[in-house]
Amino acid sequence: MYKISMDQIDQLYKAIAEFDALYLPIEKGGEVEFYPYEEDAKVRLDVLHTVKSAKDAFLPTTENMMKFKVEGKKIEVEEVDRVNQEFVVFGVRACDARSFSILDKVYLSDPVDTYYEARRKCGVIVATACSRPEETCFCMKFDIDATEPEGDVVTWIEDGVLYWEAKTEKGTALTEKVASLLEECDTAAVDRQKAATKEIIDRLPLNSMDMEYLKGADMMTLFKSEKWEGLYKSCLGCGTCTFVCPTCQCYDIRDFDTGHGIVRSRCWDSCMYRDFTMMAHGTNRKTQLERFRQRFMHKLSYFPINNDGEFGCVGCGRCISKCPISMNITKVIKTLGGDN
Amino acid sequence: MREIRELLVNKIKELLDNGTVDRVIGWKAGEFCYDVTPAIFTKDDSFDDFLFNGFCGANQSKYLIEETKAPGRDEPEKGKILVLLKPCDSYSFNQLIKEHRIDREKVYALGVPSKGMLDVNKLRNMGINGILGIEEDGDMVKVKTLYGDKEVARKDLILDRCRCCKGSKHVAYDELLIPEAEEWEKDTTDRFAEVEKLEQMSAEERFDFWRSQLSKCIRCNACRNVCPACSCRTCVFDNANSGVAAKVNADDFEENMFHIIRAWHVAGRCTDCGECSRVCPQNIPLHLLNRKFIKDMNELYGDFQAGDDTETKGPLTAFTKTDAEPSIVYSRGGDK
Repeated sequence: MYKISMDQIDQLYKAIAEFDALYLPIEKGGEVEFYPYEEDAKVRLDVLHTVKSAKDAFLPTTENMMKFKVEGKKIEVEEVDRVNQEFVVFGVRACDARSFSILDKVYLSDPVDTYYEARRKCGVIVATACSRPEETCFCMKFDIDATEPEGDVVTWIEDGVLYWEAKTEKGTALTEKVASLLEECDTAAVDRQKAATKEIIDRLPLNSMDMEYLKGADMMTLFKSEKWEGLYKSCLGCGTCTFVCPTCQCYDIRDFDTGHGIVRSRCWDSCMYRDFTMMAHGTNRKTQLERFRQRFMHKLSYFPINNDGEFGCVGCGRCISKCPISMNITKVIKTLGGDN
Repeated sequence: MREIRELLVNKIKELLDNGTVDRVIGWKAGEFCYDVTPAIFTKDDSFDDFLFNGFCGANQSKYLIEETKAPGRDEPEKGKILVLLKPCDSYSFNQLIKEHRIDREKVYALGVPSKGMLDVNKLRNMGINGILGIEEDGDMVKVKTLYGDKEVARKDLILDRCRCCKGSKHVAYDELLIPEAEEWEKDTTDRFAEVEKLEQMSAEERFDFWRSQLSKCIRCNACRNVCPACSCRTCVFDNANSGVAAKVNADDFEENMFHIIRAWHVAGRCTDCGECSRVCPQNIPLHLLNRKFIKDMNELYGDFQAGDDTETKGPLTAFTKTDAEPSIVYSRGGDK
């Protein structure tokens, strides 16, 4: 394990930024998101949750997929270059770090999404352990250890010192590049922090939420539950929960007519929206009840059924703090559980 | 608040029992005392988790559009619905009636008092997190957290919009829960003060301010969907045939366009309820766009409060001979 004083952390950022694009939780306009590092940036490694998750790094809100040049009856397809430069995402929390492996199950399974794959290959994740969880945190319900996040490098911040440990080949390579700034050390301070944080995690209110009934639950029983009626009613049908969610993965593809060709792009989509999966035949989900149910069935039933029981949620709690009317996945889990 | 809750539950049960209404839009308790969700309760429901506290800020008027719709062919006729209106909610209620979006005959409106609603994010901004419980105790609020107990002044937790409170008077109701509710002691600020600050900026500074705010927008549409003035059946931004439909801000222009078009569209109809800013996950001060329009309209056409009543035509839908000519833009600093 290595360490660096938080007083010198800027030097570490600069060193990384010299050879890689570096993304960090940065405060702009009063809110914190992952933005590219620049000098004078207000880096906020102390903030537990960025508004959006870190998934933008691999699945940007919008990206061009290809272009078509049209000349008379001739159509030429122009490829868009895939990302091929290494980049570093620094300060990823355990919940967001797990979300990447959930997204992998969708985007890296056949047929592989080459845009996503390229970013995953080039991305180096420097995760940061949590020491001050929020009441809205429930990553422990998904066997995520907030004190030991997944990542190429894992860092812990304690008493003005950042502790650094490489976990993968990519992480070791990054460590070598910044080795001159790091000092070798023992794990005593990190061990102390981990023990203290685990005590807090044990006291988190959402520990008591029963999720056992969902494991191996019958899909149609959940689908047909009468409880959806009471749950969906107050939903505004906005996309806040989907867009702040680390595991929401749906996108829409649109063609933009440039006048002499077409730019085909994709952007995040939300199953809460009326035109979600709208097709020529028109029969997508017609009511908010169906749309609301889709989002939660996907995370709690369809995804686990297709992915060895893994839920499509990492317990970051963003939907709890951001939903305009305070409806969220924990309320759904608790309410549906009441059926049993 | 606890006494008011009791009074309120008794009144609701009375109205349900005597058949005045068959359901009520109330507030349902969540996990953390601040995560209150609007919910429909009927006579047979338990009211144990019915809540009325400082976190019931959500303006419920807009739900009435759906709730008072004529039933479909196979649906049973519904009775009246009871809505609980805080003084500021009653303006949106009136405005929706004026726009024929609510069937007034199908609603029983009970005016409930408010002495300013609370914003849990204010606690978080004070560095208080891990919030397990919040108890309002007169002027103070006691907060229980994972990291120890705290006590803060209630006035420091008031939602920004409540600092510019329109007052304790309801402009629409069938009945008032507390007929002579006293004006609450508010720590008011002039609602146009921030707009004036923006007006005094140079065009460049103002542009930078709005860019830094609007560039945070994730196009979740929470502002639009919560807005009682945004009640179009299909929003232009959802209409694939409109040419401006967009799910995402592909460039700077789209970030600005969505919010500015929305502000224009609700101009003269926006009651300044402040829901847009309350629900924005990025805390963009969207209400300032609306307030700029309100301030300009007040200056050009005389003071007007949307939702004051259900009849008066708004300044932008009425025509008078003294209306400002378009050229007024030059005398107000516009470029020729």
